[in-house]
Amino acid sequence: MTPLDLSAAAAAERVRAGDLDAGELWELYRGRAAADDLGAFVWVAEERPGNPTDGPLGGVPVAVKDLFCTAGVPSQAGSKILEGYRPPYTATAVERLTGAGAPLLAKTNQDEFAMGSSNENSAFGPVRNPWDRERVPGGSSGGSAAAVAAGLAPWAIGTDTGGSIRQPASLCGIVGLKPTYGAISRYGMIAFASSLDQAGPLTRDVADAALLLSAMVGKDPCDSTSLGLPEPVTEPTATDLRGVRLGVPEEVFETEGVESGVLAAFEATVELARQLGATVERCHLPHAPHALSAYYLIAPAEASSNLARYDGVRYGLRVNGDADLLTMYLRTRGAGFGPEVKRRIMLGTYALSSGYYDAYYGTAQKVRTLISDDFRAAWERFDFVVTPTSPTVAFPLGAKTADPLAMYLNDYFTVPMSLAGIPAISIPNGLSERLPTGFQLAGPAFSENRLLDAAHALERAIGFDGSAARA
Amino acid sequence: MLALMIDRARVDHVARLARLELTDEESERMVRELSSILEHIERITNLDLADVPPTSHVVDLTNVLRPDEPRPCLPREAALAQAPDATEDGFRVPSPSA
Repeated sequence: MTPLDLSAAAAAERVRAGDLDAGELWELYRGRAAADDLGAFVWVAEERPGNPTDGPLGGVPVAVKDLFCTAGVPSQAGSKILEGYRPPYTATAVERLTGAGAPLLAKTNQDEFAMGSSNENSAFGPVRNPWDRERVPGGSSGGSAAAVAAGLAPWAIGTDTGGSIRQPASLCGIVGLKPTYGAISRYGMIAFASSLDQAGPLTRDVADAALLLSAMVGKDPCDSTSLGLPEPVTEPTATDLRGVRLGVPEEVFETEGVESGVLAAFEATVELARQLGATVERCHLPHAPHALSAYYLIAPAEASSNLARYDGVRYGLRVNGDADLLTMYLRTRGAGFGPEVKRRIMLGTYALSSGYYDAYYGTAQKVRTLISDDFRAAWERFDFVVTPTSPTVAFPLGAKTADPLAMYLNDYFTVPMSLAGIPAISIPNGLSERLPTGFQLAGPAFSENRLLDAAHALERAIGFDGSAARA
Repeated sequence: MLALMIDRARVDHVARLARLELTDEESERMVRELSSILEHIERITNLDLADVPPTSHVVDLTNVLRPDEPRPCLPREAALAQAPDATEDGFRVPSPSA
């Protein structure tokens, strides 16, 4: 067994026990990251940072999505408009990871400002899926997902606004966790939709996700919406699901566009859950089919406001600085943003504009209430709600770029949890047509420990082998 | 249907509000794409939402306060270092009527 075969938590354990040298582990992954031919990285560290390796993360290097600010290290959120930007400070989440003993290995490629489900909207070009290089890794945290799946990084972090951790984790055959909104500070995360954005781990297995999460959670005076978690994150150890009540939404089976292979893998794992002792019953999330509509009004509205800061004045790109001020604004933003970001700014500006605000933004906020209520009702009967993570396996590069609406439908199963602010995890759920599928579990706010335990028991029973993607 | 009201004039107006320069081709594409996206999204305007309160945020917190104590902030040089054009003590911008 080489260090590459070890999970990050197992590697950390060995470093702490003195059986593995943190410097050698760094060199192994630095070498693999530098040789990346998937387009997963936008920056790779030259030298091993001097931060301590004796913390709980044991010196195991971490890859970080480009949209986390890292002091002195390029941070562009995958956008041309932040060309050359090197932030003067580091995001709290990253600060906590390095403080807990995980050195910064690389910055990962992503859809521009986290807007996308295929990683094809990056100013740095697309990322390839290690299971099939002609296919997308999912998005927007596509670089983080591909890097972990291909063994180019032991573990990584990303951000999830409507599925941007869970969907790429599903398409790349790894674990992705979106924590409860507020569990991790958003300070230093380049903002997309502030009422939805949440950082989280992308890892090889559930235990790795728990360990990485444990180092990031906590209240932060720099983010007044951060809450932390009510109790410390514990190592998941469950091997069965006795006493666990799972709800399977009827809506999963009433949705068009779910591939039969994805549905078959989902149903097989539901049956497995039953064998592990869970009680499984159908449930209803009657407003879930409207979540996507509400999301594609709320997220663009918040984005159009957040992205107003890119105006060629304080950082990044400036075009036509010799013209008048308005022309400089218009040209800088016209040249700096890619097509999807422009589309969302337009959609959001329209939804917030005078005369349309109530009909669009106001309506979407009310639907958001109904979606939260649906979940609250479900928690009276169930511990978790389970769905496929993505309706499809990884699709070919270019297959959906001409049809924005088809691309948005990738987020069908992940968006409701984002709007409700509740935690959800995607675990690898076997292959369909030789490509990974994902199984999503969602629980009430702050149920991370129970959620990780249930995911751990299922992961063990599924027995997914991701080593082919690391070859 | 509100989506039917997306035409070139509306796209040009919204782009101006958003301080976004679009090429002719981009604007034409935007008319088509926004119309098709909004047509899908508008299904929610048919829901009965009369008694439903809006949710702007899921975190149940109001007025998160901290002691008002002076502390060091970002040094001026660091704040200005990334600007495309800066003077010693500020960001330089083109004149509104240059």
